[in-house]
Amino acid sequence: MATATVPGQPPLRPPAHQVSPRAVRWWQLNALLTLLVLTVPQVVVLLALGPNAPSWLAITAGATAVVVAGYALVVPPLLYRIHRWEITDEAVYTLSGWLVREWRIAPISRVQTVDTEHGPLQQLFKLATVTVTTASARGPVKIRGLAADDAAELARTLTETTQATPGDAT
Amino acid sequence: MSTDTTTPPAIETPWRRLDKRMLVVGPLNSLGRLLPVVALLLITGQGDVTRLWIALAAAVLVVAAGVLRWRTTRYRITADRVELHSGWLRRERRSVPRDRIRTVDLTVRLLHRAFGLSLVRVGTASGDSFADAGSLSLDAVSKAEADRLRRALLDRSPVAAGTAAEAAAPGQEIARLDWAWLRFAPLTFSSLAGVGALGAAVFNLFNELGLGPRDIGAVDAAADRLAGTPIWLGIAVLGSAVLATAVVGALVVFAERWFAYQLTREPDGTLRVRRGLLTRRSLSVSEQRLRGAEIVEPLLLRAGKGAQCRALSTGLSRDAQGGALQPPVPRGEAHRVASAALRAHPLEITQAPLRAHPPAARVRRLSRSVVPAVVLVAVAFGVGATVPAASWLGPASLLLVPLAALLGLDRYRNLGHELTGRYLVARQGSLQRRTVALQRSGVIGWTFRQSLFQRRSGLVSVEAITAAGEGGYTVLDVAAPDGVALADAAIPHLLTPFLALPTAHDHDHGSRVPPHGAHPTD
Repeated sequence: MATATVPGQPPLRPPAHQVSPRAVRWWQLNALLTLLVLTVPQVVVLLALGPNAPSWLAITAGATAVVVAGYALVVPPLLYRIHRWEITDEAVYTLSGWLVREWRIAPISRVQTVDTEHGPLQQLFKLATVTVTTASARGPVKIRGLAADDAAELARTLTETTQATPGDAT
Repeated sequence: MSTDTTTPPAIETPWRRLDKRMLVVGPLNSLGRLLPVVALLLITGQGDVTRLWIALAAAVLVVAAGVLRWRTTRYRITADRVELHSGWLRRERRSVPRDRIRTVDLTVRLLHRAFGLSLVRVGTASGDSFADAGSLSLDAVSKAEADRLRRALLDRSPVAAGTAAEAAAPGQEIARLDWAWLRFAPLTFSSLAGVGALGAAVFNLFNELGLGPRDIGAVDAAADRLAGTPIWLGIAVLGSAVLATAVVGALVVFAERWFAYQLTREPDGTLRVRRGLLTRRSLSVSEQRLRGAEIVEPLLLRAGKGAQCRALSTGLSRDAQGGALQPPVPRGEAHRVASAALRAHPLEITQAPLRAHPPAARVRRLSRSVVPAVVLVAVAFGVGATVPAASWLGPASLLLVPLAALLGLDRYRNLGHELTGRYLVARQGSLQRRTVALQRSGVIGWTFRQSLFQRRSGLVSVEAITAAGEGGYTVLDVAAPDGVALADAAIPHLLTPFLALPTAHDHDHGSRVPPHGAHPTD
């Protein structure tokens, strides 16, 4: 873990833990599904129209495929390197984002609810997303791509800590 | 109508119903809404008997629904909860802890007023993730009952409040309407929107009718007479007509909305805004839960040296007037009301001298406004080149560039922030300049956001997360180390374990705590 600051970045140390390495595969699968959703209709139209299909359609279909496939190859490993989280006795601290990085800090004393969520794809990779909600409309802190066991454990500790803290968290 | 078995309170508080007069007002309200449909039905029917029956059935249904609603809606205030049961087929039970209540909003519409009724809306501090769950409304109770509820619900003492002495004690007046403020009415956004809407409507009308303006005799004659004069004169005449309508509209809206405006501090620890000519409104905000204030200055209003103060609290409606403590007023008055509402010196809140943001922020503001303008100009020239009739588009669009540059510079000039004794003050915006003073103790988290471009210029946007108002207020484009130092100083200890250099963080902002000696430049 680097303690020196990168010039231009806020002088915050990265949170302690990385997400599950399986998250890379999950993000890649997500990208592949996006690829299918975007290109299949274009290909279907191409096939249906046959020789009458406009020439630009083949180009856009190809371009879409290349861009999304490129994203699927390059970005998920990058996301894995960037995404980090940490829970201390006082705060939840996360770092996420690719083009726009986001450091979020929420004091434990202000946490209202803790939710764990397993989407169908996440279940495939035994992953989960933990959402920590505070009283604010802008508040929810999400930790995506956690190993399911870690997520359950995390939600349990967080819930315990939150319940031990009095007040209505506003 | 089952009895409540889920939470039997120690002392059984009796359930109350909505006011009996709702048996009349409710159906009348619905009938009013149904009237156009029924009228259409009857007119097009031309004496057809079945249509008459349909209309009658609709009326009966409406009345029945009103009775049913009255019969099934019950509420009560126990020592620590407000409970509301409603609905017949889809029964709904709401129960809100009283210490979660932040605002009480009384609305008296014209029909309600004729019957002495009032709508009560209770704003609470539940998370806003479930859209409407944050508020609870009673439509409607008698005026006296509404007043009792207002006092009882926001009183901090656990015993049901509203002793005779308290009820009689008058509030302390902070501000009241000055009709000279009417001059700010045309400078607000609603009047601009009025101009736009009116223009669009007129345009549409002509289009729908398939009319060129010349098809109308009078216009044709006038146009013939104007043919000799420059086209600009015609535009000017039309423009001033539209403008005059918009101004009159804005004045009327202002008068309706802010008639009898009065801002008071009530003895039960609430701020109360009363206003309205036809629809009377009273908004009470728990002072203890007030998290700050905001001075809003839309461009036109700012040009006229006007401003408006709004309260930052949870449980306020999110519409344009949500939390407004006053109509558009002279700037000094807005700051005075903010200061009186928060019981803080203006220099500690919205009038605090602010720190300017680094020059990189100017470059960013400028590029963010000018680049889109340049793209638009390029598109305009492109269109002009392909469509000969539109060849004027390109040169005309060049005007956008200096306008965008001015906008960018103004946005930079307005950027500023400062940490005072108890408040975080931040300002941004040009078309709508907003100065937010947020209580440091009301901050419940931080978000630092940095795009690729911001990283290259060493800037970061710091968002203070709070339960009140919009949920988060951003200090835009500060130097990255300053942004972190600001957040660290605003709430001590929260950020400290996560700082990259635990020994060397200079408390740049923290050393400045006494606000009066602070200087805006740094």
